[in-house]
Amino acid sequence: MAKSNEIKYLTAIKTQQRAKKFCRFKKYHIRYVDYKDAEFLKKFLNEQGKMLPRRITGNSLKYQRKVADAIKKARQMAILPYVTDLFK
Amino acid sequence: MNNYEMMVIFTPVLSEEDFKAAQNKFTAFVKENGGKVVHENPWGLKSLAYPIQKKTTGLYWVTEFTTPSDFIEKLKIQILRDETVLRFMVTRLDKYAVEYNARKRSGVATGTEKAEV
Repeated sequence: MAKSNEIKYLTAIKTQQRAKKFCRFKKYHIRYVDYKDAEFLKKFLNEQGKMLPRRITGNSLKYQRKVADAIKKARQMAILPYVTDLFK
Repeated sequence: MNNYEMMVIFTPVLSEEDFKAAQNKFTAFVKENGGKVVHENPWGLKSLAYPIQKKTTGLYWVTEFTTPSDFIEKLKIQILRDETVLRFMVTRLDKYAVEYNARKRSGVATGTEKAEV
């Protein structure tokens, strides 16, 4: 028999901690985001060619802005599409 | 004197010689006005992500140079007068960008390779 002061949960408690996100620019010492490198910039886009939020990529604000600038330049020069489907 | 990088998309109908001639025209113009061409990189024919002027491919050309800042306006006028240019962009490079480009040219790892999602 369970004791009366024991707490019971309806669902199992999450014991596994998710790995902490990090800014890859700070970690790998990338100081410049190249707009010519489409393969690299694709990591920050979803399947419609929209940019992923910081919440998902883990970028710091400084580098998220630089990525945004690089993506916009790449779009202007037709290296990346503005809108698309089934991008990756 | 500042560092700049210019990317130009020429129409795909240009022949090999015309493409070379167009590149030489702009590099000569940079040199005439006291600039120094650091590097040239013709990417060649590449498909565009979306059509520009009803064309789906373009001849890409990337060049890096150092010039005084007032020269860029003159250069823009020259490019806009050229009908073989579909689109162009001049970017000012900061010290990190210059370093990045130099490393990329010499084949040294730039750090972007291991940055996986």
